[in-house]
Amino acid sequence: MSSDILIKARDLSVHYPLSGGGLFGPKPVVKATEGVNIDIEKGSFFGLVGESGSGKTTLGRALLKAAPITRGTIEYNDGEAAYDVSKLDAKQLKDYRSRSQLIFQDPYAALSPRMTVRDIIAEPLEVMGLTSSREETDERVREIAQKCRLNLEHLRRFPHAFSGGQRQRISIARALVSRPQFVVADESVAALDVSIQADVLNLLKEIQQEMGVTFLFISHDLSVVAHVCDHIAVMYLGRLVETAPTRELFAAPRHPYTKALLSAIPSLDPDDRGKAQKLEGEIPSPTNPPPGCKFQTRCPNAIDKCRVDEPMLEHSSTGHEVACHRWEELMD
Amino acid sequence: MARLLDVENLTLQFDTDEGRITAVDDVSFTLEAGEVMGLVGESGSGKSVTAKSVMKLNPSNAHYGEKTKIKLHLEDGTVDIMSLKKPKELQVIRGGAISLIFQEPMASFAPAITIGDQMVEQLMIHTSMNAKQSKELSIEMLDRVGISDPSSRFKQYAFELSGGMRQRAMIAMALSTKPKLLIADEPTTALDVTIQAQVIDLMKDLVTEFGMGIVFITHDLGVIAQTADTVAVMYLGRIIEKGKVRDVIRNPAHPYTRGLLAALPSLDDLDTPLQAIPGDIPSPLERPAGCVFNTRCTEKVGDICMAQIPDFFNVSDGHSAACHLHNKGAAS
Repeated sequence: MSSDILIKARDLSVHYPLSGGGLFGPKPVVKATEGVNIDIEKGSFFGLVGESGSGKTTLGRALLKAAPITRGTIEYNDGEAAYDVSKLDAKQLKDYRSRSQLIFQDPYAALSPRMTVRDIIAEPLEVMGLTSSREETDERVREIAQKCRLNLEHLRRFPHAFSGGQRQRISIARALVSRPQFVVADESVAALDVSIQADVLNLLKEIQQEMGVTFLFISHDLSVVAHVCDHIAVMYLGRLVETAPTRELFAAPRHPYTKALLSAIPSLDPDDRGKAQKLEGEIPSPTNPPPGCKFQTRCPNAIDKCRVDEPMLEHSSTGHEVACHRWEELMD
Repeated sequence: MARLLDVENLTLQFDTDEGRITAVDDVSFTLEAGEVMGLVGESGSGKSVTAKSVMKLNPSNAHYGEKTKIKLHLEDGTVDIMSLKKPKELQVIRGGAISLIFQEPMASFAPAITIGDQMVEQLMIHTSMNAKQSKELSIEMLDRVGISDPSSRFKQYAFELSGGMRQRAMIAMALSTKPKLLIADEPTTALDVTIQAQVIDLMKDLVTEFGMGIVFITHDLGVIAQTADTVAVMYLGRIIEKGKVRDVIRNPAHPYTRGLLAALPSLDDLDTPLQAIPGDIPSPLERPAGCVFNTRCTEKVGDICMAQIPDFFNVSDGHSAACHLHNKGAAS
């Protein structure tokens, strides 16, 4: 088995400064992600789940060095190149940009309306200087377009002529044309209709298997994540609260938040109404997080210890890690 | 149960720069008092404009078909909605007998007026209450929908409330006039799953308490399974299947409904790969002749699908599908 770790983040924190604050004392900050440890295996389809404001997008961007990293390290090693992503110099950053890519959520906003599809897909190659001639660029563009199930005649058209699913395939082709090792897909199917969504998910899965690309798949939709990912991390208010292999997480969730998230998915069975365990309240504002465990304000099982003492993600050899004081006693 | 709403042969076209497009094509359905009807479809299927037609809320470039009849049955007589023209006449339904909840709660409150003033304003217009009574009722409604500290929320602006809270306030406002018919246009789509579960629960409680009819528009079949009694599935401006929720979800009869259900990632079965419906939704400018689904259908009967618009055929009691597959008479 290849247990090569492509990305290994330790104590990764991203803090954004808030405007205002007193003349004295520290500037107030939003801790968008705080103390995250994450290992992403090479060739895996890694899912990152959480509600809005949980810091999943920030974490994804930090791993791409597209967000200001306040603290912590990110070791990247694809066998050809190895860096600490948090301390890249200009030359290394340029190289890292070609090895890591991002697919955006909204296929309507992500493509320039003034460029043809061919130019959109070719742009990364030209900007990074990865090809030496126009013929070579065209060759690469055609190759990746075919993989993403785009017709060659599509390449001459402008994005407005395409539907949401086709546009998302164009975004995917653009992200993959530089042959990256690591791709962050941030809510890449959230804007698509169900019948189209399945098609894009299958395409991403195919690419992962064929090209050996490692995906970080960010989504708020657990059922989507369950279908494509082999490993899942759950975030809440900037912290990782649980991470486990997909089957393990769905069969035996340990964190109360994960359990609540799973039971909140509306079941397709009309006779299964109202059985779900419902969470009270809402996610607190990250500018003013509660002390202790970040989930204690909504947790049905919180005790005094949870209100004072923040649980850490416990390391486990099975790969199923959870940050909760009481998970063991709550398991039965 | 008493009949509340009859929609017959609703056809709606819009004049656009690219020509006249058909958004809704010969749609008929009925709603009983106390019934929750789900209207499901993907983007562009015409579900929102269908619901807005019931309040005549479509823009001025909309043309209703000649045969269109929309009748609302109230205790003191039947209102022929198509015959209402002047704003004064339309007040009977808009905000009076019918309330509407939009998808985006941020966009549906005026940003510069407090939540409370907006709630009082509509009560003053639509009911005989004075300002003091209106205020009391508004605060009571805010309390009913689970907003803590309602009297101070009453004085706040929309931006001071979180997404889930805004949607609750919207529901409180929509229900305070005691409408007979509530149209909920994707009311939970912008919310996180745990908040969505809360809002769905709340809406179910309120239906039992107020006994109004609800048209619940969503693209999420899971939400429908959890809330609705009956469901109508729309595709490209036509209803293609309707029936009780259980029948439609357990025994989908139209190939589109089947495809939609197969494309939905289910948590019960992680092994079966997702099945996408082939192709894309055609542009409304290129509506296919015959059955609107014929460009993507994998179960076509023959040339008749390309030539003739299928009638509704009964599959079981109260469950029908507009598909030639079910035309038992013609098969012989």
